[in-house]
Amino acid sequence: MSQEKLLEIKNLKQHFKLGRNNVVKAVDGLTFDIYKGETFGLVGESGCGKSTTGRSIIRLYNSTDGEVLFKGENVQGKKNKTELKKFNRQMQMIFQDPYSSLNPRMTVMDIIAEGIDIHGLAKNAEERKAKVYELLETVGLNKEHANRYPHEFSGGQRQRLGIARALAVDPEFIIADEPISALDVSIQAQVVNLMKQLQKEKGLTYLFIAHDLSMVKYISDRIGVMYFGKLVELADAEELYKNPVHPYTRSLLSAIPLPDPIYERNRKRIVYDPSQHDTSEEPEFREISPRHWVLCTSKEFEEYKKEKQNTVTN
Amino acid sequence: MKKDNILEVNNLKVSFKTHSGEVQAVRGVSFDLKKGETLAIVGESGSGKSVTTKALMGLLPQPHGFVKEGSILFDDKDITKMKDKNMQAIRGKEMAMIFQDPMTSLNPTMKVGTQIMEGLLKHQKLGKEEAKKKAIELMNLVQIPNPESRMKQYPHQFSGGMRQRVVIAMALACNPRILIADEPTTALDVTIQAQILELMKDIQKKVETSIIFITHDLGVVANVADRVAVMYAGKIVEIGTTDEVFYNPKHPYTWGLLGSMPTLESDEEELFAIPGTPPDLIAPPQGDAFAARNKFALEIDFVEQPPMFKVSDTHYAATWLLHENAPKVEPPESVKKRIESMDHSEGATR
Repeated sequence: MSQEKLLEIKNLKQHFKLGRNNVVKAVDGLTFDIYKGETFGLVGESGCGKSTTGRSIIRLYNSTDGEVLFKGENVQGKKNKTELKKFNRQMQMIFQDPYSSLNPRMTVMDIIAEGIDIHGLAKNAEERKAKVYELLETVGLNKEHANRYPHEFSGGQRQRLGIARALAVDPEFIIADEPISALDVSIQAQVVNLMKQLQKEKGLTYLFIAHDLSMVKYISDRIGVMYFGKLVELADAEELYKNPVHPYTRSLLSAIPLPDPIYERNRKRIVYDPSQHDTSEEPEFREISPRHWVLCTSKEFEEYKKEKQNTVTN
Repeated sequence: MKKDNILEVNNLKVSFKTHSGEVQAVRGVSFDLKKGETLAIVGESGSGKSVTTKALMGLLPQPHGFVKEGSILFDDKDITKMKDKNMQAIRGKEMAMIFQDPMTSLNPTMKVGTQIMEGLLKHQKLGKEEAKKKAIELMNLVQIPNPESRMKQYPHQFSGGMRQRVVIAMALACNPRILIADEPTTALDVTIQAQILELMKDIQKKVETSIIFITHDLGVVANVADRVAVMYAGKIVEIGTTDEVFYNPKHPYTWGLLGSMPTLESDEEELFAIPGTPPDLIAPPQGDAFAARNKFALEIDFVEQPPMFKVSDTHYAATWLLHENAPKVEPPESVKKRIESMDHSEGATR
């Protein structure tokens, strides 16, 4: 499959200094690509660095090391204002908490139009208004909502506002950082359906960060699993769920509760023990079968490959 | 009270006085809790599930929250009419609660051991040494390693999962007969969640308490519950054994909840989402509160609230679709497919 790379992340590192001799390596050498038009899911437990990754890519943090190439152009490092502006139009973010990510003192109109104003996308007030109305319709709200304030909306509606704001500057790439985990189950499905529909209509590319594995599986084309600042496994969504290879991925998958009582009664949980790896050799990210990457040592690599072949032939 | 029931709730109505009017948070809820069983209450935020349990514990915020109608029978005594002093003898001793957020339900300025001992000293009138011994026992029960040294630590020195274990140990301190767990695992990661759920099931087997488990995660319900009550807009819309509700759901709202969760196998293009938002409980709709969001709604749904229809001895659902004159309606395709896909014939693995 030949796919156009939209985003190339190369050896991205984000270290936080918490005083002398205390450095938290939140993201430690990530390398992966995101293809145009796909949804890349990033999963892991809290504290594994998945949100930091998203925030470093979009420059909310200044990365410690590494490159992020957007259409072949590095977006990290020093930039002047015009360069930043150009980049900011192409990449947008939807945040986790729809309560704290909307300014309570701004009307919906101003919140959504902020990006339009900054980038000068509307010639006059009429056009600005028309654009906001159109965006509201796109996300399933209507134009009467434009003059209200965020507190007048429910969680699901606020998340729709967050999406409308991200869409306002016609971005190509959207980072969604746990966009549904603060919402109720029935509303989650609404927002996910909306995101999928927008992707189809506008050809958007998503980086979808979440800890709800069943939702990630549903929305993503490819999934990366993070553990302590590193990617441990990366594969197509189907492949990852059917043939997880890394012991951490297996333990994570075995922990998802499914709405199926009989299955739950017989569930066997796999416990991950990091000491099972051979620490004498630094593990590397290797491709064990086409498009399926695992962090492993050379010995584990051979084992995984053998296992893999057995499952294919059986 | 029936013999094997430990708790009976009859037509419970709870309201809150607010500036914009009276919010009818719970609008006539009836259920019973049997000895040693786990009853899960599921529903969205605002469906009244937490308020119901607050009423059980006598913890409704005063003065604006009050029980409007109905009774809660525990040991043949009506809790709703009890004086606060008598309630204090029950709360924490006979009935204990595990809260959602282990970060805020512990006192940050008190040592963990002291917090676990608090209930023992107060309710069981143990001496300090005895209480300490019991606290160490409890910490062993909830599998906190090195209890002797950890009881001298403060909550911030514990991880989220460990804190929730402390909260569970506190709740179990006086061997309560009823344990109410209000979203105990929502703030935790999936792997930690799985550990805590296993722990709770283990402990239940050992100490034989009844558990009321509140959650909005149907996966968790399938894991822990014997029976399930589905709440919507302050009412129970469906109640039954876990198998009945998951494999033979009758209420359209239950269909919606099940349909809006993707399965790991599912490839369907669109999730079956419930349109719209829950109703305003200051002025609840005249008929079935779910009617406006329900594509299977009948005309009568907008006029009259459905009673509980009996499906089996243990399974009831409040939907007019179960009336003998109602048209035959099948659950939506995606929900039917999902139930069929749960193949549990011998040897089926996933």
